[in-house]
Formats: sequence, structure tokens, C-alpha cells
Amino acid sequence: MTEPTTPDTPLHLQKHLIDQASTLGDGFDPALSGLVDPTVDAGLELQARSQWSYARSRFLRHRLAMIGLVVLVIIFGAGIFANLIAPYSFEEIDLTNVLQAPTTTAHHFFGTDEIGRDYLSRVIYGIRTSLEVGVFVGFASTLIGVFVGSISGYYGGWIDNILMRITDLVLTLPALAILLTAAALLGQGSQWRVSIILALFYWTTLARIVRGVFLSLREKEYVEAAKAAGSGDLRIMFRHILPNTLGPIVVSASLTVGAAIILEAVLSFLGFGIKPPIPSLGSLIASGQQFPQKWWITVFPGLVLLSIVMAINFVGDGLRDALDPQQRRVRA
Amino acid sequence: MLTYITRRALYSIPVLIISTFLIFSFVSLAGDPTANIRQNPQFSVITYRNLQHRYHLDRSIPVRYGYWVQDVVTHKLGTSLVTSQPIWPDIKRTVGHTAQFIILAEVLAMILGITVGIFSAIRQYSVFDYTFTSLSFLGYAMPTFWLALLLQILFVNIYLKWNVRIFYTSGLNNPGHGTWSWDRLQHIGLPVITLTVISFALYSRYMRASMLDVINTDYVRTARAKGLPETKVIMRHVFRNALIPIATIAALNFGSLIGGAIITESIFGLDGMGYYFIQKLGQLDIYAVMAWLLVTSVVIILFNLLADILYGYLDPRIRYD
Repeated sequence: MTEPTTPDTPLHLQKHLIDQASTLGDGFDPALSGLVDPTVDAGLELQARSQWSYARSRFLRHRLAMIGLVVLVIIFGAGIFANLIAPYSFEEIDLTNVLQAPTTTAHHFFGTDEIGRDYLSRVIYGIRTSLEVGVFVGFASTLIGVFVGSISGYYGGWIDNILMRITDLVLTLPALAILLTAAALLGQGSQWRVSIILALFYWTTLARIVRGVFLSLREKEYVEAAKAAGSGDLRIMFRHILPNTLGPIVVSASLTVGAAIILEAVLSFLGFGIKPPIPSLGSLIASGQQFPQKWWITVFPGLVLLSIVMAINFVGDGLRDALDPQQRRVRA
Repeated sequence: MLTYITRRALYSIPVLIISTFLIFSFVSLAGDPTANIRQNPQFSVITYRNLQHRYHLDRSIPVRYGYWVQDVVTHKLGTSLVTSQPIWPDIKRTVGHTAQFIILAEVLAMILGITVGIFSAIRQYSVFDYTFTSLSFLGYAMPTFWLALLLQILFVNIYLKWNVRIFYTSGLNNPGHGTWSWDRLQHIGLPVITLTVISFALYSRYMRASMLDVINTDYVRTARAKGLPETKVIMRHVFRNALIPIATIAALNFGSLIGGAIITESIFGLDGMGYYFIQKLGQLDIYAVMAWLLVTSVVIILFNLLADILYGYLDPRIRYD
């Protein structure tokens, strides 16, 4: 690598080429391609940075996203370690201590509910439920969406047609009503059933995004090169194209987690989601309707839910700014 | 344009048929409307079979779908399986109530959102802009049902503490008051505020972004260069063009408004279509739920069509062929 191949390329153009090359994705080293003179590169002390390192630094500089991340770590951390953090069990009944306002005595920081269960512990376990639902739905719908989206974007044809018609159908139906119907008929108050229903409903958005990226990338030269080199369809799809769709996928997955948490809360609030005794933020908020004078029953789980959704929106914004400029936000 | 509209309208017919068929199959397979009857010892097997036969429940799903479509077309959405009452009068009544407060909320949210969006864009990065940007982030993330419940609790407590009745927190009317009365306004006040806050966040954000897009165009610079006063530049050249995307967003926002109606009506106990849906879903009244989904899907399809037409009308550069 000592002989300069293109000694005449001006410096600013070389820099530009490096930037360009770094957006081309994995395995593309500008120094190896012969576009840039490596000795000039060394003289400028330009480090070859990967696309991910650019993205990471953009994300770390996004102030709101970092705040959101910290909030999420705190709230979800409490949910994950619920059995260590919560002062009580979520179903420990204490009939001598019913509907107590928030107080520091006996660690009832969020008060107690109508049968004397510690409300802080119930909210913390509610976070755990929300987190489980959110992560499951985010993961499952991403898997389905990526699978269907890549196949339909790469092959086109009837698979693509069916996918597009399904997403059209989803768009013409009142979303919440369909989810409620599915949850009422199949949910049976079980957390996993509700999660599966949400995941089956949510993959279409992501599939559409992945399909779009695949459609444009499958015409690129490097795909043609891979084909010429004898790579099979699967290798091209998952080794060459998929890494370039990771940006939109990560953004969309993070926003799906937020949307799933909100939707689970709405379903549970309306009585078609997760059934007691398992606490969920939605059903905790719903129980506040019977006790309008006991403000803490409604306010605390709602504040937690609001913080989760705002934090996820901020993190999603940060991820989008860092990875992918064309995406939308979660809406409650 | 006319051919485009006709084609779009014709295209939505198969979409409607397929989606109703899928939902119908799903609902009929998953929910058994005779479950209650079979548990009741007073019903003999013969009565049960007769009932099944009368409502075609012993036939295959496609046949039942055919009977359902026939019922919908000839009997105005058919009859409820649970109460044996015709569905149409209920739908008509509840849709009227819902339309009243949804339209009020939408108009309020658009007026407020567009005004705030304009000023946020004109004074970009001012205190005003930052305040409303943060507020709209809050409104974006705010769970509708929590906001509604907080408002309800607040006004219940105001009433209990000071005995002042500003808004009622449940129901549609006190006895003896009509549709267009002060009493009705006090009842739908809180749901209207809830939906307004949620939609306001949407409209002010989009209006701000859209205004900023237009402000930086060449023809606005030209308008300023030829000496037009700033108000005239903003009102005549920027504002009117910035409204174009808002019209589409307003039309497409309808689906989420229906979701909002389901939530607010069940919290405030309003006799609207969302409340009706939740009740019928709770009773597993298949045909009422189906009729409801059919009506709302048709309306959503109409609004999507309206969004397309509005866009072409407001922006003559867009041509459909």
C-alpha cells in the first residue's frame, strides 16, 4: 500500500470521499479502494472512523436523548430489579392501612391502595410488566417486520403485493378498535397473549420501512458485485443489504417499544388488557377512577408512564438524528 | 380529477369487503355469542339448535358473512344478537353525540395549533417558541386516558371542595336539557379539552415546521424584496401555502380521533360511539361490533379520500392521472 494510486486528487475532495465512503457501510475501506492516498491520509492525521462511531458520537451529543436514556435506565432498572427494590410484594394486603396518602412511615412513599397494598411496589411491578410487554413487542415485531420486509423488498412480486395490501388494510381500519376487539376475544387478560396481539399488529410499519430500503439498495452496484462473485440470495440479503437497513430498524424498534407500552396501558385501562392481580400501569391508573379524592392512585403510575413515553421519544429522536433522518415519533 | 376520485372510490370497495370479511371471520371464530345461552340450564338443546338455525350460526363462515352483508344492506346494519334490537338507531344516536364534541375539539385544536404554529415559526427560538415546543412534546407523549382521568379527578374535587360546578364529569345531559344547551357544553367540556390538548400538540408542531419550510423559499424572499409589509408577506404568501400539509394531516388524523373518542367517552360516560363500542365489545355482541367497525372504516376511507382530493385542490401542481 505504498504507491499512491491517485496522487492528483485534491485534499478536500479526498476528505469528502472518506465521508462518502463511510456512509457506504460495512467492509468499505477508502484507503483500500484506491480512491485516497493513504500517505496523505496519514499526514492529515485523519482517522478512518466507521459509520457506527459517527453515529455514536452524534447520539452522545444529543442532549435530550441522553436525558431520556438516563430516565429510561432509572425507570427500567427499577422494573428489572423490582424484587430487590420494591419495599413490599405487589400483592401483600394490609387491611389496617387502606388508602393511605403518601407518607414516609413504613416506606409507603406512594401511599397504599384500597386493600392496603403498598402502591410504590405495585407501580414498580407495573413498570416490570410494561417493560416485558414493550421489549417483547419491540423484539417480535422487529423480527417479523425485518423478515417480511426484506423478502418482499428483495423479491418483489406477489409477496410484495400481499404485504402492501395488508398494510393498506391496517391503515383503513380504526387501529385502537381492532386491537380492542382482538384483545377482548383472544387476550383473556394474559400478559403474553396481549403482547402477541400487539406484536402481530405492529410489524407492518417496520416491514414497510425495511421493504423501502431493500427496494433501493438491491439496485446498488455492490449488490451486483456480490451477485457476480457468486453470492446466494440469502447471503446478499442478510450479509450485504441488511446491515445497511440497521439504522431505520433500530429507530423503529425503539419507538415500537414506546408505542407498545402505551397501547398495553390503554388496553388494560379499558379492561381488555392484563387482568389483576398482576399490576400494569394501565390498570393501576384505571383503579384511580373509583377514588377521585385519592389523587396518588392516578397520579403516580401516570407520571411514570408519561416519563417512559417521553424518554423513549427523546431517545428515538436522538437515534433518528444519529442514524436515520426520515422517521416519525410515537403518538399516544 | 373526477376519474381519479371515481377510481379511488371504486378501489376502496374491495378493500372494504376484504377487511370486513377478515374481521367477520376472526370475530365469528373467536367469539361465540351463544356461550351464555349454553350455560343457562333453562334452555333446552332444541331451543338452542333453533336459535342457532334462526341466526345461521350453524352455517359456514362465508355463508354467515353473506347473510350479514344481506342484513347490513337490507336492514340498516342488522339486528343485535344480544338484545335483538335494531343496530341502526343506536349508531345514529351515538355518532351524532360523538360528532358534536369531536368537531368542537378539532376546530379548537386547529385554531389554537395553527395560531401557535405561526407565531412559533415567525419568532423561531424565542421564549414563546421554546415554551410551546416543550408543551407540545408533553402533549405528544401524554397518554390520552391519563389526561382525561386527571381532568375528571380535578373537577370532581373542585365540586366537592367548593361546591362549584364548572364542568360535569360524567354523562351527556341533565334531564330536561337538549343537544344545543349550556348544560350540554358543561358535560362535553372535559372530553373536548382532552382531545383538544392531544390534537393541539400535533397541529402546532406541523404548522411550525410547515411555516419554516415556506419562509425559506425564494418567492417569499422576492415578496420581501419588492417591499411588501411583513404582515402581508406572512399572511398572504407564507401562511396560505403552509396550510396545505395541515389540511391533509387533519383529514388523516381522523383515525386517531376515533381512538380518542373511545377513551374519553368511556371515562366520562358519554353516550357516544366509543362508549357504545366498548359496551358492545364487553357483551361480545358480534353484529353490533361489526356494524360499528364497518361504519368507522367507511368514514376513515372517506377521510383518506378527502385528504387526497384536498391536497390536489390546494396545490394545483399535483396532478392525478
